[in-house]
Formats: sequence, C-alpha cells, structure tokens
Amino acid sequence: MERESMEFDVVIVGAGPAGLSAACKLMQLAQETEQELMVCVIEKGSEVGAHILSGAVLEPTAMNELFPDWKEKGAPLNVPVKGDDVYYLTGEEKGIKTPNFLVPKPMHNEGNYVVSMGNVCRWLAEQAEGMGVEIFPGFTASKIVYNDDGSVKGVLTGDMGVAEDGSKKDSYMPGMELLAKQTIFAEGCRGHLGKQLMESFNLNKDADPQHYGLGIKEVWTIDPEKHQEGLVVHTAGWPLDNHTEGGGFLYHMENNQVSLGFIIALNYTNPHLSLFDEMQRWKLNPKISQFLEGGERVSYGARAVNKGGMQSVPKLSFPGGLLVGCDAGFLNGAKIKGNHTAMKTGMLAAETIIESIKAGDIANKELSLMGDKYKSSWVFYELHKTRNFGPALHKFGTLMGGSFAWLDQNIFGGKMPFTWHNTTPDHATLKPAVDCTAPNYPKPDGKITFDKLSSVFLSSTNHEEDQPCHLQLADSSIPINQNLPLYDEPAQRYCPAGVYEVVKDEQGNDKFQINGQNCVHCKTCDIKDPAQNITWVTPEGGGGPNYGNM
Amino acid sequence: MKILVGVKRVVDFNVRIQVKADGSGVTTDGVKMSMNPFDEIAVEEALRIKEAGNAEEVIVVTIGPKAAQEQLRTALAMGADRAIHVETDDEIQPLTAARILQALAEKEAPKLVLLGKQAIDDDNNQTAQMLGALSHWPQATFASEVEIEGDKATVIREVDAGLETLSVDLPAVISADLRLNEPRYVKLPDIMKAKRKPLETVTVEELGVEHVAAVKVLKTAAPAKREAGIIVESVDELVAALKEKGLI
Amino acid sequence: MSKVLVIAEHDGTNLNGSTARAVSCASDLGLDAIDVVVLASDGSSVAEQAAKLTGVTKVLLVQNPANEHAVAAFLAPQIESLAADYSHVLAPSTTFGKDLMPRVAAHLGRPQISDIMRVESAMVFDRPVYAGNAIVTVEAPEGLVVGTVRTASYKAVSNDGAASVETRSVDVNLPSHTRFVELQSGGGDRPDLQAASKVVSGGRGVGSEENFKVIYSLADKLGAGVGASRAAVDAGFIPNDHQVGQTGKIIAPDLYMAFGISGAIQHLAGIKDAGTIVAVNKDADAPIFEVADFGLVADLFEVAEELEKAL
Repeated sequence: MERESMEFDVVIVGAGPAGLSAACKLMQLAQETEQELMVCVIEKGSEVGAHILSGAVLEPTAMNELFPDWKEKGAPLNVPVKGDDVYYLTGEEKGIKTPNFLVPKPMHNEGNYVVSMGNVCRWLAEQAEGMGVEIFPGFTASKIVYNDDGSVKGVLTGDMGVAEDGSKKDSYMPGMELLAKQTIFAEGCRGHLGKQLMESFNLNKDADPQHYGLGIKEVWTIDPEKHQEGLVVHTAGWPLDNHTEGGGFLYHMENNQVSLGFIIALNYTNPHLSLFDEMQRWKLNPKISQFLEGGERVSYGARAVNKGGMQSVPKLSFPGGLLVGCDAGFLNGAKIKGNHTAMKTGMLAAETIIESIKAGDIANKELSLMGDKYKSSWVFYELHKTRNFGPALHKFGTLMGGSFAWLDQNIFGGKMPFTWHNTTPDHATLKPAVDCTAPNYPKPDGKITFDKLSSVFLSSTNHEEDQPCHLQLADSSIPINQNLPLYDEPAQRYCPAGVYEVVKDEQGNDKFQINGQNCVHCKTCDIKDPAQNITWVTPEGGGGPNYGNM
Repeated sequence: MKILVGVKRVVDFNVRIQVKADGSGVTTDGVKMSMNPFDEIAVEEALRIKEAGNAEEVIVVTIGPKAAQEQLRTALAMGADRAIHVETDDEIQPLTAARILQALAEKEAPKLVLLGKQAIDDDNNQTAQMLGALSHWPQATFASEVEIEGDKATVIREVDAGLETLSVDLPAVISADLRLNEPRYVKLPDIMKAKRKPLETVTVEELGVEHVAAVKVLKTAAPAKREAGIIVESVDELVAALKEKGLI
Repeated sequence: MSKVLVIAEHDGTNLNGSTARAVSCASDLGLDAIDVVVLASDGSSVAEQAAKLTGVTKVLLVQNPANEHAVAAFLAPQIESLAADYSHVLAPSTTFGKDLMPRVAAHLGRPQISDIMRVESAMVFDRPVYAGNAIVTVEAPEGLVVGTVRTASYKAVSNDGAASVETRSVDVNLPSHTRFVELQSGGGDRPDLQAASKVVSGGRGVGSEENFKVIYSLADKLGAGVGASRAAVDAGFIPNDHQVGQTGKIIAPDLYMAFGISGAIQHLAGIKDAGTIVAVNKDADAPIFEVADFGLVADLFEVAEELEKAL
C-alpha cells in the first residue's frame, strides 16, 4: 500500500532524555554552523513525560554540557542531594546503616539532584521546540522503513483506528512514513525497534547479552514533619535473598513528596517470585515505612532498565541510523544511574551527524564515528571503571559481591586488570517451579501496601479499547502447555500491572488471559518470558500510562 | 456561513484527580491537560458541517491562560481555519464565559456556535444555554445529530425521556453530547500546518466584558468513601430490603 | 419573607419523580415557603400531583399552548417573570433542568449552582466536580440563587401535602425561532446503560457469553440496563459498550446490582455515585462487599433465578 510520507534530515524515535538531548544538541550545532536542519521527534506517550519513569537522582554532567545556563533557563533541577544513606536490610523489622566509608564510591551522590525525569523531559522538549524541533507526542514508531539496499530510511507511524479484529474503524487513519537521512533510535530500554535493529544488523555480535532489571516506583505525599528535602536513601538486602540482585531507593523530592521504588534483576531464578509483591513488602521495613505512615500514595508505575553495562553495549551505528541511550544500554549499574549517560549519548549522536555532514553526504550512510565518539567519551570511561560491579554481584551474591565492588571501586578505582562476563540471558535463568518454594507474601494492608489493580489505577493507564492486542504471542499454546507446568507461568508474577492471568475457561480448563489495557509499557514480558514467546509491539499512539512527575 | 466553536483546556480525562490536602483545589502541576472531550466533539461537528458544504469557516475560541493555545493548535490541526485566544489567568465562570462568547459572536457574526455540553473539570453544563439566553438565540443542547438546511438546523437531542427533535432558526447555539460523532485523529502534516494558521489574542477587557457576581469556592474535598452496608442471608431478605427502599 | 420556587418536571400528564427530590432539597434551605410552578398547556392534573408533595406551600399553574413541550427558550422567559418574588429558583438536574435553568439564570444576570448535593445554608452548597472525584463547597453571591438539584442526593418527599393551586397568567412574548418536532421515547427496548435508573451488571464470575443470558433476563424483568466489568468484557462475554468503570462508562443509577464482580477499584470508579449497590458473589472477601449496601454471599445463578421469580 502507498503511504503518505514526510521527509526530515533527522527523525528521532522517543522523547526521553536521550532523544531530546540529541534533538537539542542537533539544533545547537546547526545554529553554530549556520545550517538549516529539519528534526522531528515522535513519542508514543500522549504527551512528553507521560511514559517517563526514573528514580531519579540526576548527575548533572551531561546537563551542564548541553545547557551550561540550565539554572537561568529554569530547568527543574531544584533539589540538591543533601543526605545520602545506605542501609543493609536484614529482615522485615531491621536494617543496618552502612558507614559512609564502606559504601562503594559510585554510590555517593554529592552534587547530584533529586528530580522528576518526566518534568526534566518536558523542559528539554520546550527547549527543543524553541529551537525549531517538531515534537509529535501520541505517535508511535511501529515499523522500520528500509531502503532497497537494506539501509534504514526512516520509520512508519502506527495506524490509528484499527479494531480488535484488525478491521478498519470509521476513524481509521493509516500511519505515515517519516523519512530521514539519519534516524536516531531512543526508545529506552528494550525498544521494540531497537530489538529488531539488533537482529537485522547483528549489532550485539561482539557484546554480552543485555541484562535487565525491573524498577517499580511509587510517589507519595508524606507528612511534612517527616519530609527531608534532598535526602536520598538506598537499601540492599531484605526482602531479596542473597542470590537475587536488587535494592530499593527512597528520594525526598519537592512539595512533601517522596519517590520510592525497588529494582529487581531479571536474572532471578525462582519462578514464584512476584516482583510487585517484593516491592510492596519492602515498604514494610521501618527504614522505609517510617516515612510513609500517614502519607498518601499518589502515583505508581514500572519500567525495565538495562544493567549489562560496558560488556553489553552493542554497536551503535548502522546504515541510516544510530542507537542511543537505554535503547543501546548505557545505564551505570554501580551508580544506578542512566539519565546522564543517556543524555550524553544522545548528544554524541548529534555531534556525529553534524560532523559527518561536514565530511559529506550522510543520507542512509553508516556513521561509525558514533562508536569512536562513545569510546573516547566519559560515558565509556565510567562504564569501563564499573564494568565488574554487576557481574561481581551476580557471581558472588549481594554480600560478597558488594565487598568486591567496594574493593574494586574504592581501593583499585575500577582498574583491576580483568573483565568478568555474564553470558546467560535473563530469560534463561528460571529454575523449574517444583524445585523452588513460593514466597509467602503478606496481604495488602491498604495503608503501606496495596494490590496490583489499585496500583495500576494510579498510573492513569489507558488504551483505546477496540484495538488489536499489543502483546503478541508467537505461539499461543506455550503459556498453558509449556510455561504453566514448568514455571507456573511466571508472567502472572513478573508483570507489575496484572496484564497476564491464568484463568479457567467455560470447560474448566486453564486459559491464558492477556489484559492488554493494563500494560504500563515496562517491557518485562518481552525480556523475561522463558520461551521468548511474547513480543511487545506498539499499541495505538497515546495509549499507555499517563505519568505526571515520575 | 461561519461557525464559532468554544474549546476549554481541562485536566485530561485519563488523569486521576488528586484533591489537595489543604482543600484549596485539585493538583494541576505536572498534570496532563487536554481539550475538553465534549469540545473536541463540537470541533469535529463544525468541521463535518463545513466539509458537507454548509459552512465556509470554522473559528475556534478558547478563554484561558497562555498555555490554552495548545488546545487551539489541536483544533487547528483537526482542521479549524483560525483561532481566537481570549487570554486571562482569572478563573472564568460560565456566565462570564457566555458574555465573552456573546461579544465574540457580535464581532464575528457566526450563524452557529457549537460548544461541548459541559467541561469535565467543573461539570457546570451552563455556558451554551447562557449564551443562548444572552444572545436571544435558540438553543439545542445535548445534541446527538445535527442537520443544517439553509437557515435552519434540525437537532436530535439526548434527553432523559429519549430522543427529542427540535428545529431551530439560525443563528443558534448547539451543545454537543457524547454520541454526536467520533472526533478524527490528527495527522502529522496538519499539526505542522496548524502552527502557521492565524491565531489572534484578545483580552477580556478589550471585548468590553466585565466580570459578574461569581460563585465563590470555599473548599474542595475528596468525596466521602462509600461505607459497607449489610450482608443479607437470602434472596427474600434482599427483596424485602429493596422493596422497603422503593427500588423494586 | 424569602421563598423558593421549584420548577416542576412533567410530561403533561404525570409529575416526574425528580420534582419531589428537588422539593426535598428546597426544604433543606429553611425558607418561609416552597412554591412549585407547573408550566403546561393543560396542567391541572400535574398541578394536583404537585400540590400533594409534602412541604409545598402553593402550586402555581401557568398554562399556555406553547408549554405543551418543555422547550427551554419558551419556558425561561416565563420563569424569569415569576422569579422576582423569590430568593431561590430550583429545578431537578435532569436533562430538563440542565437545559432550562442556565437560560433562566442568564436572563436574570445570575450565576447558577449546578447539581446541588447538599445544602449547608441558604447560600452555601456542596456540588460535585471532576465527575464526582472532588466535591466543592460553594457560596452563591448575594441576591437570587438559581440552581439545579442532583436528584441522586435527595430522597423524594412524601405525598401527604395539600397545597393550594393558583392559576397564573404570565404575559411575555415568546420567541418563534424554535419548533418542537418530536420525542421518540426510549421505551420498549432495554434502557440505555447511562440513562437507566437500574442496572444489572455481570463480571467474570458469570463465566461465559451464554451465561450472560441470566443477567439480560433479570435486567429485562427489572426494566434495567445491562452492564459488565472489564474482566467480563476482556473475556469476551459481552461487547465493550457495556463496560462500567474507569475506562468504561461512569454511571449513577438508583439501583446497581453486581453479579460475580469482584469490585476492582477501576470498576468502583464507575459506580461511586450509584444510589444503592447490591453485590452477589461467591467470594466473601471480594472488595465489592466493602462498598455494597446489600451483599449476598452466594451462587449468582441461583440468586438471579430466585430473584427473577420473586419480582
């Protein structure tokens, strides 16, 4: 079918920190070199920020480089970190404060800011629009458009107004092709086009498999008496056992609000583990609940993060496009931060494009300069320094691994002469259900802990009802015939939004039910399904969560 | 003929409302804002009337802060021809809104004013009717079907008793109900074009409208939680209870 | 002496039940008198019914051929000419009152208080905003108060009154720009979910599309609309235009009967304004029981069958 198309110099997929930093940097460099540049950003969320979920403590390095005058321009970095506590939780009741000198150096937070990345992105979008970037929220990039020679030509926006059965509704509007000389993919962790690019261009052939975690986050308005603006708290240990990596955070933001969350590595092995319930019960430890009692939970959401670090970074360039931010995977697991590296790699992509234009035609070319820029940037320097942090935790468990991390980071400065690898992908780590015990989770108390559906309610998630399911099964029999007997269908417990259920049909047989409407676009199913049978594709544009200051 | 359509910037219908702890209102900081859904239906209807050859120009107007221009741009991207922004940071109540629209209607002389039946923030459901009264125009509220024939409009209205049909002379005010139409999706090139369509800004004072005695909001509270009632033991007991309440 | 005028809603023959609820709200104002006005072409029988409403002082009967159908553009100027004697003018917040009263208010240069759900004083009222997700307490400015009454918040007054009926002639010029064509009543078919005063709803517990017949059958017996939870819609038991809840329809029937619905918060968001909620569920721990006025822990099919027989 003939599609309408629009042409730009650069199309950016995703209005997150990476995509928007790329857009801003492109316009700044275009102005400096006095060139006209047509740049557009498309974003699947209903507005910029609607799908942004992050801790977040922002290290302002990239921001300082992108907008040295960000303060005057009013960037929402309003809360400097004032206190930095790390606890090792030993049980539901207890936790030990780790003395500062024992905390691995990358986890120190002086000079950083407690922010809502959603609001930072809204601000970045204003800057970009002010410089002439076209930003289109509510539009998905559903497919990659290729040239005959196999190079990337652009992306296709999703069709709108398609019914559940695939037929066209009255409101049907076909997607259009957004064509560009270079397309920057900045979809965030486990981008669904990024995943396709990895395959078509074999981008990760020299890299370890990517490793992931799921972060589940809430925002609370708390008692002003208990609020300590700028206080940053991290926890390790309980409720996870020594073989499951993860930890919690609680950041005191502005306006008597705290942002708190729990990240669990998706290489966990017990299929009975419920990520949502681990997060809920973690809040019961007094080190956390002391702040929450008497407060009100106002927001909820979840998002996968990549934590493979340096060893998992794929090749960043391919004919016609570049991969930036978490779509490639630059999160620094030791710092538990990826916003500064996402922003910086977006800026590197912009520099790559502008410098390549100087050197000649860039249309649909591969700009391998991107890889060189990354290797000589501080992003690579810091990922290299912390490269053994994640694998150490994986190899030795959180206690011994943590000790190694301290030695490695605080004594040797990350310069030990070896690199560890973790080559088992996260979907292949589950043990059979029969060999594992199911944790006994407390019932939600409606004060500190809650059930899944009332949580999803707070994410303001909505999808147009009558549309094809955006969670596709390659083989619809696998959940019941394979995953259920082997792993008690773990989707029921790794999904933080209650999308997947095993219910009984009319004949009393087990049936796999997908409640796609609940989906908060975290991508965990796409990552963790042991059969790699679930593919997350883009729903109709504008669908998904509507996060405020997440 | 010209059609004037009023649109309002409101908290998006997907957003869960949070009442501020001090009772001063609901949280709107960092909250997604959109065009009032009933107004979107009104814009769509105006465009369909124009596309059917029954109107030459669709003018959208909003009353509100600078940021409300976003909603005007959305309406322009849907296909409206030009926009008027009555800029004010004051809270505008329906009677004042109706007076502002009346002043604009006198200036622009539209044959039809289309409004949403109510805004989903204050849920007042007043402005269209008030404009009808002030202009001495006919009104057809809660429209689920509109047909224009010459200088008359036939409107099917959704009323509690069923569907009522009214015939009104133009100029008239019509307020849109949910089932009037399904608004179109906006196309990307149209969003870009909308940025170049004319958007005029005026103030309430320039229109010669004075603020009128207004309703004062004393406090905002979260609704009372429903309490659990009683568990009945049998259908008979249930039937008796419902009969006593006059429900069956 | 301050008096309130309540505009009667009727179909020419019968007084609409919403009027008795508006009178109930008027009683809460604590004024010296409550008058009801019946605007009709031939309204003596309606006026008699209005005269029986408890608390009513006097019924004004305004007869005019133009009042055969409730056209706001005709009724508003007549009410305007009567309003001078009153401190408050109220009508039920039905499509009748919603259409009419703002036109009256604007004619008189007064703001309107919509959907009064509680009277704090003669000038201070509670009303819902954001689809009932917040309640505002508002104060009307000094002078005549024009308002509509949220009927679900008031019980109808009883019928043991004996007010006098006074025929009034109102001399105003009525416009010719509006013509009533017809009214197609929604009767016959099952009532629309959003307009229905009673709704019977089924959830995943109903089990299948086939089993949903039980819900339809009971609804028809009650003259009720049919609703469903999202779980039932997602399971394919019933089309999604029946879905009640956050992402479906938000409804406020007088009676809501939930069969096999667990009562997730998303569903409860759609029925928070319902008058009386009845829940039937096998699971005694289902959250729906926390909001139900009447709960019955039992097999929904047995209950539905018994109930249908009992009606």
